Amino acid sequence: MSHRLPAPLGEVIDRSSAISFTWNGKKLQGFEGDTIASALLANGEHILGRSMKYHRSRGVLTADFWDPNTTVQVDDEPNVCASHRRLADGMAVSAQNVWPSLKFDVKAANGLVGRFLTAGFYYKTFMKPAKLWPAYEHVLAKFAPGGSVDLDTPHGRYDKRYAHPDVVVAGGGPSGMAAALAAAEAGSSVVLVEHEHQLGGHLLWGSDDDRAAANELAAACAAAGVEILTNSTVAGRYEDNWISISQRSHPGVIERLIKARAKTLVVAAGTIERPYVFQGNDLPGVMTSGAVQRLIRMYGVKPGTRAVVFTANESGDSAVEALQSAGISIARVVDARSGEGITSASGSKSRVKRVTLSDGTTVECDLLVTAVGWTTPTSLLNMAGDRPGDDADAARFFPAGPPDNVLATGGMVGDGSRDELIAHGRSTGKLAAGRAAVVRHRLQAATARAAAVDGPEPDYPADERAPLERARHPELYRSTTHGIVDYSEDVSSKDLFSAAGEGFDSVELIKRFTTATMGPSQGKLETVNTVAVLAEARNESIAEVGTTVWRPPYAPISLGALAGRINEPTRVSVLQPWHEANGATPILAGQWVRPEHYGDPAAEVRNTRTNVGIIDVTPLGKLDLQGPDVPKLLNLLYTNKWTALPIGGVRYGLMCAEDGVVLDDGVTARLGEEHYLMTTTSSGAAKIWNWIEMWLQTEHPDWQVHVTPVTTGLTSINIAGPNSRELLGRLTADIDLDPAAFPYMNVRRGTIAGVQNCITWRIGFTGELSYEIHVPSGHAVHVWEQLLEQGADLGVEAFGLEAQRIMRLEKGHFIVGQDTDGLSKAPVTGLNPLLKLDKDDWAGMPEVAWTMESGDHPVIVACQPDNGSVVPEEAAQILRSGTTEIVGRVTSSRMSPTLNRSICLAQVTKEFAAPGTSLEVLLVSGERITATVQEHHAHFDPEGARLRG
Amino acid sequence: MLLVPCPYCGPMNAADLSYNGESHRRPDPKTCTPEEWRSYLYLRENPSGWLLENWYCSSGCRRHFKIERHTLTGELRAPVLPGRKPGATQGDMK
Repeated sequence: MSHRLPAPLGEVIDRSSAISFTWNGKKLQGFEGDTIASALLANGEHILGRSMKYHRSRGVLTADFWDPNTTVQVDDEPNVCASHRRLADGMAVSAQNVWPSLKFDVKAANGLVGRFLTAGFYYKTFMKPAKLWPAYEHVLAKFAPGGSVDLDTPHGRYDKRYAHPDVVVAGGGPSGMAAALAAAEAGSSVVLVEHEHQLGGHLLWGSDDDRAAANELAAACAAAGVEILTNSTVAGRYEDNWISISQRSHPGVIERLIKARAKTLVVAAGTIERPYVFQGNDLPGVMTSGAVQRLIRMYGVKPGTRAVVFTANESGDSAVEALQSAGISIARVVDARSGEGITSASGSKSRVKRVTLSDGTTVECDLLVTAVGWTTPTSLLNMAGDRPGDDADAARFFPAGPPDNVLATGGMVGDGSRDELIAHGRSTGKLAAGRAAVVRHRLQAATARAAAVDGPEPDYPADERAPLERARHPELYRSTTHGIVDYSEDVSSKDLFSAAGEGFDSVELIKRFTTATMGPSQGKLETVNTVAVLAEARNESIAEVGTTVWRPPYAPISLGALAGRINEPTRVSVLQPWHEANGATPILAGQWVRPEHYGDPAAEVRNTRTNVGIIDVTPLGKLDLQGPDVPKLLNLLYTNKWTALPIGGVRYGLMCAEDGVVLDDGVTARLGEEHYLMTTTSSGAAKIWNWIEMWLQTEHPDWQVHVTPVTTGLTSINIAGPNSRELLGRLTADIDLDPAAFPYMNVRRGTIAGVQNCITWRIGFTGELSYEIHVPSGHAVHVWEQLLEQGADLGVEAFGLEAQRIMRLEKGHFIVGQDTDGLSKAPVTGLNPLLKLDKDDWAGMPEVAWTMESGDHPVIVACQPDNGSVVPEEAAQILRSGTTEIVGRVTSSRMSPTLNRSICLAQVTKEFAAPGTSLEVLLVSGERITATVQEHHAHFDPEGARLRG
Repeated sequence: MLLVPCPYCGPMNAADLSYNGESHRRPDPKTCTPEEWRSYLYLRENPSGWLLENWYCSSGCRRHFKIERHTLTGELRAPVLPGRKPGATQGDMK
């Protein structure tokens, strides 16, 4: 660490704790508290990467969170800001955008043919001819910036949190800390967010007194109960102070996204030092005045040996002091306040060597420090609707007037001594707390279930803060030469001039055409220089040009944090442990984990058709409907009629949306005088509950119907097969299963295997004689096991979802959402007798009526491939013979174990729907096969003799 | 994210409710013309200003209600239960 300065310089590093890391494979050492960049500089490594377009050497520019020049790869993580990321033991750090090596970069040739890469070069160069795009893409991909992503990287752990603080303070400098402290002292719950690793802001690289004041304030904040989030950024501000915070300092997770509903937001983002635009301004060794102060005072690193300082303000003067304290020789101080200036810097590829001043003299140096002014990072205020304006006398933007629940303080609103900044922060924090108390009171009063509100509503405090003065500052944006404006996107002032010359006169268009301000720092360093250069090119003022709108995120946020932890809850029936213990292969159907099969679905079909099978159909949506107006509701939602359904009866119904498209189907049973049980499709359970509530609450609030979802309260078991009556009979004494007493499409209630109040209905999705029993879930495992035990000699076996799907296809029953889609109006199903147009009203009736009237719709048909060994893929197209005209598609297809041949359901246009029609089916392989339309939807037992038996 | 005042639950994150769009009258299905019905299905006023909208408190009390929202400013008025008339301005909660 040959470039390390002696203590007391290096306030934040711990020299007793050395850290080993590698840089492009070379073993180096740093200290605890170092950033990657400070450790590299301490080792004399001052080229940290190459720029993205021209592959120019780049070194530290700002030495903080916003440094655009120090993007590196750390282990398997690309695009890490080396000037911000703390060094950790064993880190493998490497440079990005370099090929084959950092020191010899083939692509640096880009710099020589720069004309090729001028503004908008993507648009101009790679547009035509379109057929060459694959070749362009190949070349561009090689030149694309960014690190390398390891596709085998294990999943990182990210998290989310919801918070409801009174006050969020964005920025932990003197004003932000003072605001947080004052708000906490006034009784607010406060979250203080700082993007650096410690609180303090610019006091951290200031005088001894500054650092002492920072430490004192930070300690007071902690003592007052302020929640301090360092290495975190407020990423966005949305309606009603919904604040997103990206927290990179939470133990155990890489990054955490906090969603906070703040009652007041205090923006104390400070100011960001602006780079100066001149020829050679991106050479390694050219730095901002803040950078050298941070490197020297915080990290004890020597940024160079012989410096030229170009200063227009106190920060530049302070940099001179810092350099002197580090024993670095000052070759020249160029003071803008007395009319001096610099025009260019030159050197080798690796380092600045000399600076040319405005008077033409040249000065030798290896460090050029610029202090030309400040950018106000007003992003969060922009997001709150504020449109900041330029103050030419102060050479920076100021907020115009954010909404009442957003307050700005500190460098964002003016200048002052440390004490003045702290005083403004304190009065802002007090105001924020006062306003938050009013909002808290109103929210509490508006929430019926909350505790009673204490006392009367407090007065809404007016803003009576004494404003901070705005210091005058010369306007310094660009010298007389051209240089880089956007370091991360490699956009020069020349590019901006030429774009303006091409007619891109709006700053928003310039931004998109040149990509200036679109890099990782989101314009923090670049926006004002971009605007200033454009103003110069157009001979207008900065105020006339205006700025681009700053949008979220404030700073880069990882996609992992936005995604959070994987949180997709699944549902299971109470029988799932039995299924798993008995070899079920699970399948995720919607939210439900279900048994797909227990080994051999074809065997399960054959056993059910020959003996008896049982299947867990709990996911079937079940809604308990009670009240005198249930028949009216059923008449409104189903297409058929319900008023005549007797107690003990079960009826099938089809539901449509208001556009006539099939929404859901199922059976509903009448259990008592005013008591019904409705079933929906498994995937439709939640949707239909909502659908019913919507109709009851909005169109018919006078109807008396009570809806209770009982999907998981009742475990549903279907017993299907010729032996099902015998099996069920062994388990119940009080349900008369005689076909005359309990016919098809009827419901009975009784005791099964000792469990009272089981609902049993006779229906036949599988086409077999079958009883569906709905058992209170607490007793379901017992009933299931009894069925297996009592039916052992009857050949009972469990079957899974796949066997059920095969059997329903053999029977020709369509599935909503599989055999119908979002365009399938009710007549597509062929269930026209169920579409009762003589009713007064039902959901979707007009559209269904018009569709039937026009007859212009496809229909579902059953078809069988002529070669019974071929199973066409589901969604295979059906074509007009010998053409490419699509006339339909296969919606369901399986090999039938019962018929030993392939069977399908399909949607075809009416022209192809007649029984006996030959269809031409295009397989995925490209082969065309023929299939024949069947007379009935049911491939098997079309008369229904089995299920009615 | 907007804070939407549910008439029962109080202020809720908009994401905890379902937005069911512009409020509109359902034509009489027996007598309406295709134009009227399809206007009900598909056509929306989308004004720049006050708009009566349908909201559903899907993660809370499961009540449907209407609310007037200003599409430019995001300002909300008091929620309206089905069968009642909109009009009153709610207290400023922001």
